Amino acid sequence: MLYDSKTPIYLQVVNAIKADIVNGKIQCGEKLPSGRELAIKYTINPNTSARVYQELENQGACFTRRGMGTYATEDPMMIEKFKKEMAETALEEFLRSIKELGINKEEAIDMIKEHQGDW
Amino acid sequence: MLESIEITKKFVGKTAVDNISMKLESGHIYALLGPNGSGKTTWMKMVTGLIKPTSGYIMYNGAPIGIPSRREIAYMATEPYFYDWMTIADVGKYYQDFFEDFSMEKYHTLLGRMELDTKMKTKNLSSGMMAKLKVAVTMARNAKVFLLDEPLNGIDLIARDEVMQAAIENAAPDNMLIISSHLVEELESVVDSAIFIKDAKLAGIYNIEELRQNEGVSLADKYREVFGHAVGGEN
Repeated sequence: MLYDSKTPIYLQVVNAIKADIVNGKIQCGEKLPSGRELAIKYTINPNTSARVYQELENQGACFTRRGMGTYATEDPMMIEKFKKEMAETALEEFLRSIKELGINKEEAIDMIKEHQGDW
Repeated sequence: MLESIEITKKFVGKTAVDNISMKLESGHIYALLGPNGSGKTTWMKMVTGLIKPTSGYIMYNGAPIGIPSRREIAYMATEPYFYDWMTIADVGKYYQDFFEDFSMEKYHTLLGRMELDTKMKTKNLSSGMMAKLKVAVTMARNAKVFLLDEPLNGIDLIARDEVMQAAIENAAPDNMLIISSHLVEELESVVDSAIFIKDAKLAGIYNIEELRQNEGVSLADKYREVFGHAVGGEN
């Protein structure tokens, strides 16, 4: 994974994992890799991967079963909430760049409808 | 804990390390960064006891470094140091004879991960394979401090990834890794702190996540700011 240079690395990994939970690459209630495995998978410091799980747990994206490891949330409402939040963030970023080009909302909507790319 | 206390090394006509003081803790992976000739290797060699400082000293867990500390400090030099006739298996045996904490099992696991065959002769290895072998044999020790001098030098991207993965896999709360390099970007996600050495002096120690969180800059940005030229010009 390529990391952008401004945001803390742990947050970038947190968002990548949340996206996988939202898009179903990680199933509801699926066991997640150990801290060390996660560090190797994302080429990050083991302390960073510990922080990733801490943050995911704080946000309710995963939970720990004592002695068993970390699991993705089993709560579909939570996953729906992440989906909305992450879509909102993506939309804000899109609108910011489109606004910078001096394109208004109606024009932007038309452009999305006419766009030929993969959807 | 490893402490460098006002350590200085002068060679004829050149101060290689100039009054460097710092404390390094277990449970961390440090990058030791600076251009060639800035003093990284000399500092590492003083930590291992291969070079005596002109003044100042290195303390390991509260005692000056010596024979006991050498048992717990593993050092990988830049230059290759195996005999031509050795096979990869021989290199393992050689290390096993030298170091009590060498684990043959760990060695074989690392070799497997790096796709190195024990029957290969060291003289026939490509530079990438040689780099991986050096890391494997060093990291196969159950040392408390690992000093890797330029482990990423002159090797391709895949070999670099394998080396970094070996480092991550062997990092533990009770050990410390110090990796010197001038390839800042490669180390950025793997280390948690970076030590900058400029013109033989300590030019700062930075926590990577704090830099991003507090200043909104990457390690590479900070490196450019401190050293004032483009990064990764070598290799």
